[in-house]
Amino acid sequence: MVLGKASSSSLSMKSDEDVVNNNNNLRVLVVDDSPMIRKLHDMYLKKFGLEVQVAENGKNAVELFRFGASFDLILMDKEMPVMDGAEATKELRAMGVKSMIVGVTSLDSPYEKQVFMEAGLNYCFNKPLIADNISFLLQELNKNNNDKN
Amino acid sequence: MDLAQLQRQLVDYKTSLYHEDFLDEQFTQLQELQDENNPDFVVEVVSLFFEDSDRLLNELTKALEQQSVDFKSVDAHVHQLKGSSSSIGAQRVQKVCIAFRNYCEEQNVEGCLKCLQQVRHEYSLVKTKLEFMFQLQQQILSAGGSIPM
Repeated sequence: MVLGKASSSSLSMKSDEDVVNNNNNLRVLVVDDSPMIRKLHDMYLKKFGLEVQVAENGKNAVELFRFGASFDLILMDKEMPVMDGAEATKELRAMGVKSMIVGVTSLDSPYEKQVFMEAGLNYCFNKPLIADNISFLLQELNKNNNDKN
Repeated sequence: MDLAQLQRQLVDYKTSLYHEDFLDEQFTQLQELQDENNPDFVVEVVSLFFEDSDRLLNELTKALEQQSVDFKSVDAHVHQLKGSSSSIGAQRVQKVCIAFRNYCEEQNVEGCLKCLQQVRHEYSLVKTKLEFMFQLQQQILSAGGSIPM
Protein backbone atom coordinates (compact mmCIF):
# COMPACT_ATOMS: atom_id res chain seq x y z
CA MET A 1 0.00 0.00 0.00
CA VAL A 2 1.40 3.36 -0.97
CA LEU A 3 0.73 6.57 0.96
CA GLY A 4 1.37 9.82 -0.85
CA LYS A 5 3.24 12.89 0.44
CA ALA A 6 -0.04 14.54 1.55
CA SER A 7 -0.62 11.86 4.18
CA SER A 8 2.77 12.23 5.86
CA SER A 9 2.13 15.93 6.48
CA SER A 10 -1.03 15.02 8.40
CA LEU A 11 0.92 13.12 11.08
CA SER A 12 0.93 16.02 13.52
CA MET A 13 -2.50 17.47 12.82
CA LYS A 14 -5.20 14.86 12.23
CA SER A 15 -8.32 16.53 10.86
CA ASP A 16 -11.53 14.63 10.18
CA GLU A 17 -10.83 14.87 6.48
CA ASP A 18 -7.45 13.22 6.92
CA VAL A 19 -9.06 10.35 8.79
CA VAL A 20 -11.57 9.76 6.02
CA ASN A 21 -8.82 10.08 3.40
CA ASN A 22 -6.73 7.52 5.24
CA ASN A 23 -9.74 5.25 5.48
CA ASN A 24 -10.43 5.66 1.77
CA ASN A 25 -7.13 3.90 1.07
CA LEU A 26 -8.05 0.91 3.18
CA ARG A 27 -9.40 -2.26 1.66
CA VAL A 28 -11.34 -4.76 3.78
CA LEU A 29 -12.28 -8.36 3.08
CA VAL A 30 -15.34 -9.71 4.90
CA VAL A 31 -15.32 -13.52 5.07
CA ASP A 32 -18.60 -15.03 6.29
CA ASP A 33 -21.01 -17.69 5.05
CA SER A 34 -24.10 -15.76 6.17
CA PRO A 35 -25.42 -13.31 3.54
CA MET A 36 -27.00 -11.34 6.37
CA ILE A 37 -23.72 -10.85 8.23
CA ARG A 38 -21.89 -10.00 5.02
CA LYS A 39 -24.48 -7.30 4.29
CA LEU A 40 -24.35 -5.96 7.83
CA HIS A 41 -20.57 -5.73 8.05
CA ASP A 42 -20.36 -4.36 4.51
CA MET A 43 -22.67 -1.50 5.54
CA TYR A 44 -20.81 -0.73 8.77
CA LEU A 45 -17.50 -0.58 6.97
CA LYS A 46 -18.75 1.52 4.07
CA LYS A 47 -20.02 4.04 6.65
CA PHE A 48 -16.44 4.46 7.74
CA GLY A 49 -15.36 5.16 4.17
CA LEU A 50 -13.76 1.76 3.55
CA GLU A 51 -13.61 -0.27 0.37
CA VAL A 52 -15.25 -3.65 1.00
CA GLN A 53 -15.11 -6.99 -0.72
CA VAL A 54 -16.85 -10.15 0.51
CA ALA A 55 -16.07 -13.87 0.41
CA GLU A 56 -18.39 -16.74 1.34
CA ASN A 57 -15.91 -19.05 2.98
CA GLY A 58 -12.27 -19.52 3.93
CA LYS A 59 -11.33 -21.21 0.67
CA ASN A 60 -12.61 -18.29 -1.44
CA ALA A 61 -10.71 -15.88 0.78
CA VAL A 62 -7.45 -17.78 0.39
CA GLU A 63 -7.94 -17.98 -3.38
CA LEU A 64 -8.39 -14.22 -3.59
CA PHE A 65 -4.95 -13.82 -2.08
CA ARG A 66 -3.47 -16.54 -4.31
CA PHE A 67 -4.69 -14.58 -7.32
CA GLY A 68 -2.82 -11.52 -6.09
CA ALA A 69 -5.50 -9.54 -4.24
CA SER A 70 -4.42 -7.67 -1.16
CA PHE A 71 -6.35 -6.24 1.74
CA ASP A 72 -5.44 -4.15 4.75
CA LEU A 73 -7.97 -5.86 6.99
CA ILE A 74 -9.67 -9.24 6.90
CA LEU A 75 -12.76 -9.88 9.01
CA MET A 76 -12.83 -13.66 9.38
CA ASP A 77 -15.81 -15.65 10.59
CA LYS A 78 -14.94 -18.90 12.35
CA GLU A 79 -17.71 -21.34 11.39
CA MET A 80 -17.90 -21.68 7.61
CA PRO A 81 -18.35 -24.60 5.24
CA VAL A 82 -15.56 -25.84 2.91
CA MET A 83 -12.80 -24.13 4.92
CA ASP A 84 -13.35 -22.55 8.33
CA GLY A 85 -11.86 -19.35 9.69
CA ALA A 86 -9.07 -20.91 11.69
CA GLU A 87 -7.84 -23.00 8.76
CA ALA A 88 -8.07 -20.06 6.36
CA THR A 89 -6.12 -17.87 8.79
CA LYS A 90 -3.38 -20.50 9.12
CA GLU A 91 -3.13 -20.79 5.34
CA LEU A 92 -2.94 -17.05 4.83
CA ARG A 93 -0.19 -16.67 7.44
CA ALA A 94 1.67 -19.61 5.89
CA MET A 95 1.43 -17.79 2.53
CA GLY A 96 3.13 -14.82 4.15
CA VAL A 97 0.08 -12.57 4.41
CA LYS A 98 0.82 -9.80 6.89
CA SER A 99 -2.56 -8.02 6.74
CA MET A 100 -4.49 -7.53 9.96
CA ILE A 101 -6.77 -10.56 10.40
CA VAL A 102 -9.59 -10.13 12.88
CA GLY A 103 -11.74 -13.05 13.96
CA VAL A 104 -15.44 -12.35 14.24
CA THR A 105 -17.27 -15.11 16.01
CA SER A 106 -20.28 -16.11 18.04
CA LEU A 107 -18.17 -18.66 19.91
CA ASP A 108 -18.95 -18.49 23.60
CA SER A 109 -16.05 -20.30 25.15
CA PRO A 110 -12.83 -18.38 25.85
CA TYR A 111 -10.95 -21.58 25.07
CA GLU A 112 -12.38 -21.75 21.55
CA LYS A 113 -11.59 -18.06 21.06
CA GLN A 114 -8.01 -18.69 22.10
CA VAL A 115 -7.64 -21.58 19.68
CA PHE A 116 -8.90 -19.28 16.94
CA MET A 117 -6.46 -16.52 18.01
CA GLU A 118 -3.61 -19.01 17.87
CA ALA A 119 -4.35 -19.67 14.19
CA GLY A 120 -2.80 -16.25 13.57
CA LEU A 121 -5.37 -13.58 14.36
CA ASN A 122 -4.47 -10.08 15.47
CA TYR A 123 -7.76 -9.67 17.37
CA CYS A 124 -10.98 -11.55 17.97
CA PHE A 125 -14.38 -9.92 18.45
CA ASN A 126 -17.89 -11.14 19.07
CA LYS A 127 -20.40 -11.14 16.25
CA PRO A 128 -21.72 -8.81 15.08
CA LEU A 129 -19.19 -6.03 15.06
CA ILE A 130 -20.31 -2.72 16.46
CA ALA A 131 -19.14 0.76 15.56
CA ASP A 132 -16.69 0.88 18.50
CA ASN A 133 -14.91 -2.28 17.30
CA ILE A 134 -14.48 -0.80 13.84
CA SER A 135 -13.19 2.55 15.18
CA PHE A 136 -10.66 0.65 17.23
CA LEU A 137 -9.49 -1.43 14.26
CA LEU A 138 -9.18 1.62 12.05
CA GLN A 139 -7.13 3.36 14.71
CA GLU A 140 -4.79 0.37 14.85
CA LEU A 141 -4.58 0.16 11.05
CA ASN A 142 -3.79 3.85 10.70
CA LYS A 143 -1.19 3.55 13.45
CA ASN A 144 0.49 0.68 11.61
CA ASN A 145 0.47 2.59 8.35
CA ASN A 146 1.91 5.73 9.91
CA ASP A 147 4.63 3.65 11.54
CA LYS A 148 5.62 2.37 8.12
CA ASN A 149 6.31 5.94 7.07
CA MET B 1 -56.12 7.49 10.53
CA ASP B 2 -54.19 10.68 9.84
CA LEU B 3 -50.43 10.95 9.46
CA ALA B 4 -49.74 12.13 13.00
CA GLN B 5 -51.80 9.28 14.41
CA LEU B 6 -49.96 6.76 12.25
CA GLN B 7 -46.63 8.11 13.41
CA ARG B 8 -47.72 7.94 17.04
CA GLN B 9 -48.92 4.39 16.53
CA LEU B 10 -45.54 3.43 15.08
CA VAL B 11 -43.61 4.96 17.97
CA ASP B 12 -45.84 3.22 20.53
CA TYR B 13 -45.56 -0.07 18.67
CA LYS B 14 -41.79 0.10 18.47
CA THR B 15 -41.55 1.01 22.16
CA SER B 16 -43.64 -2.02 23.08
CA LEU B 17 -41.40 -4.31 21.02
CA TYR B 18 -38.36 -3.15 22.98
CA HIS B 19 -40.25 -3.25 26.25
CA GLU B 20 -41.34 -6.85 25.69
CA ASP B 21 -37.80 -7.88 24.65
CA PHE B 22 -38.76 -8.73 21.10
CA LEU B 23 -36.07 -6.30 19.98
CA ASP B 24 -32.95 -4.98 21.65
CA GLU B 25 -30.20 -2.38 21.18
CA GLN B 26 -28.79 -4.24 18.21
CA PHE B 27 -31.91 -3.41 16.19
CA THR B 28 -31.39 0.27 17.02
CA GLN B 29 -27.83 0.03 15.68
CA LEU B 30 -29.24 -1.44 12.49
CA GLN B 31 -31.62 1.48 12.06
CA GLU B 32 -28.80 3.93 12.63
CA LEU B 33 -26.91 2.43 9.69
CA GLN B 34 -29.76 3.20 7.29
CA ASP B 35 -29.49 6.45 5.33
CA GLU B 36 -30.78 8.15 2.16
CA ASN B 37 -28.32 6.16 0.04
CA ASN B 38 -29.59 2.89 1.50
CA PRO B 39 -33.22 3.61 2.47
CA ASP B 40 -34.23 -0.07 2.53
CA PHE B 41 -31.27 -1.38 4.47
CA VAL B 42 -33.19 -2.50 7.55
CA VAL B 43 -35.91 -4.23 5.54
CA GLU B 44 -33.24 -5.97 3.42
CA VAL B 45 -31.26 -7.23 6.39
CA VAL B 46 -34.40 -8.40 8.17
CA SER B 47 -35.54 -10.20 5.00
CA LEU B 48 -32.22 -12.01 4.89
CA PHE B 49 -32.75 -12.94 8.52
CA PHE B 50 -36.18 -14.41 7.67
CA GLU B 51 -34.70 -16.44 4.79
CA ASP B 52 -31.83 -17.67 6.93
CA SER B 53 -34.12 -18.60 9.82
CA ASP B 54 -36.68 -20.43 7.65
CA ARG B 55 -33.86 -22.54 6.24
CA LEU B 56 -32.32 -23.23 9.66
CA LEU B 57 -35.65 -24.18 11.23
CA ASN B 58 -36.25 -26.67 8.41
CA GLU B 59 -32.78 -28.17 8.88
CA LEU B 60 -33.38 -28.43 12.62
CA THR B 61 -36.71 -30.17 12.16
CA LYS B 62 -35.15 -32.70 9.79
CA ALA B 63 -32.14 -33.29 12.03
CA LEU B 64 -34.27 -33.92 15.10
CA GLU B 65 -36.50 -36.37 13.21
CA GLN B 66 -33.57 -38.70 12.56
CA GLN B 67 -33.45 -42.10 14.29
CA SER B 68 -30.03 -41.27 15.61
CA VAL B 69 -29.77 -37.53 16.15
CA ASP B 70 -26.53 -35.85 15.09
CA PHE B 71 -26.25 -33.36 17.97
CA LYS B 72 -23.18 -31.72 16.52
CA SER B 73 -25.14 -30.82 13.42
CA VAL B 74 -28.15 -29.64 15.45
CA ASP B 75 -25.85 -27.51 17.60
CA ALA B 76 -24.20 -25.98 14.54
CA HIS B 77 -27.59 -24.88 13.17
CA VAL B 78 -28.75 -23.47 16.50
CA HIS B 79 -25.45 -21.66 16.80
CA GLN B 80 -26.09 -20.01 13.43
CA LEU B 81 -29.62 -19.06 14.39
CA LYS B 82 -28.34 -17.60 17.65
CA GLY B 83 -25.79 -15.56 15.72
CA SER B 84 -28.18 -14.16 13.18
CA SER B 85 -30.97 -13.43 15.67
CA SER B 86 -28.53 -11.55 17.90
CA SER B 87 -27.29 -9.61 14.87
CA ILE B 88 -30.67 -8.09 14.23
CA GLY B 89 -31.60 -7.76 17.88
CA ALA B 90 -34.23 -10.53 18.04
CA GLN B 91 -33.58 -11.04 21.74
CA ARG B 92 -36.24 -13.60 22.59
CA VAL B 93 -35.22 -15.89 19.72
CA GLN B 94 -31.59 -15.58 20.81
CA LYS B 95 -32.49 -16.52 24.41
CA VAL B 96 -34.21 -19.73 23.36
CA CYS B 97 -31.18 -20.63 21.25
CA ILE B 98 -28.97 -20.45 24.33
CA ALA B 99 -31.17 -22.96 26.17
CA PHE B 100 -31.36 -25.05 22.99
CA ARG B 101 -27.57 -25.33 22.81
CA ASN B 102 -27.43 -26.53 26.42
CA TYR B 103 -29.78 -29.40 25.56
CA CYS B 104 -27.61 -30.24 22.55
CA GLU B 105 -24.61 -30.47 24.81
CA GLU B 106 -26.53 -32.80 27.10
CA GLN B 107 -27.65 -34.78 24.03
CA ASN B 108 -31.19 -34.45 25.32
CA VAL B 109 -33.65 -35.06 22.45
CA GLU B 110 -36.77 -34.17 24.47
CA GLY B 111 -35.23 -30.91 25.56
CA CYS B 112 -34.17 -30.13 22.00
CA LEU B 113 -37.63 -30.80 20.62
CA LYS B 114 -39.16 -28.53 23.26
CA CYS B 115 -36.72 -25.78 22.36
CA LEU B 116 -37.39 -26.22 18.67
CA GLN B 117 -41.08 -25.63 19.33
CA GLN B 118 -40.27 -22.60 21.47
CA VAL B 119 -37.88 -21.10 18.96
CA ARG B 120 -40.42 -21.57 16.14
CA HIS B 121 -42.96 -19.79 18.28
CA GLU B 122 -40.71 -16.86 19.19
CA TYR B 123 -39.52 -16.56 15.62
CA SER B 124 -43.02 -16.44 14.20
CA LEU B 125 -43.97 -13.79 16.79
CA VAL B 126 -41.05 -11.50 15.99
CA LYS B 127 -41.56 -12.05 12.26
CA THR B 128 -45.22 -11.01 12.46
CA LYS B 129 -44.37 -8.00 14.60
CA LEU B 130 -41.57 -6.80 12.34
CA GLU B 131 -43.74 -7.25 9.25
CA PHE B 132 -46.48 -5.20 10.89
CA MET B 133 -43.99 -2.51 11.84
CA PHE B 134 -42.70 -2.33 8.26
CA GLN B 135 -46.28 -2.06 7.04
CA LEU B 136 -46.91 0.91 9.34
CA GLN B 137 -43.71 2.52 8.10
CA GLN B 138 -44.78 2.03 4.51
CA GLN B 139 -48.19 3.59 5.24
CA ILE B 140 -46.49 6.62 6.74
CA LEU B 141 -44.13 6.99 3.77
CA SER B 142 -47.02 6.62 1.31
CA ALA B 143 -48.90 9.36 3.17
CA GLY B 144 -45.91 11.60 2.54
CA GLY B 145 -44.65 11.50 6.11
CA SER B 146 -41.28 10.59 7.58
CA ILE B 147 -40.45 7.74 9.94
CA PRO B 148 -40.12 8.90 13.55
CA MET B 149 -37.05 7.32 15.19
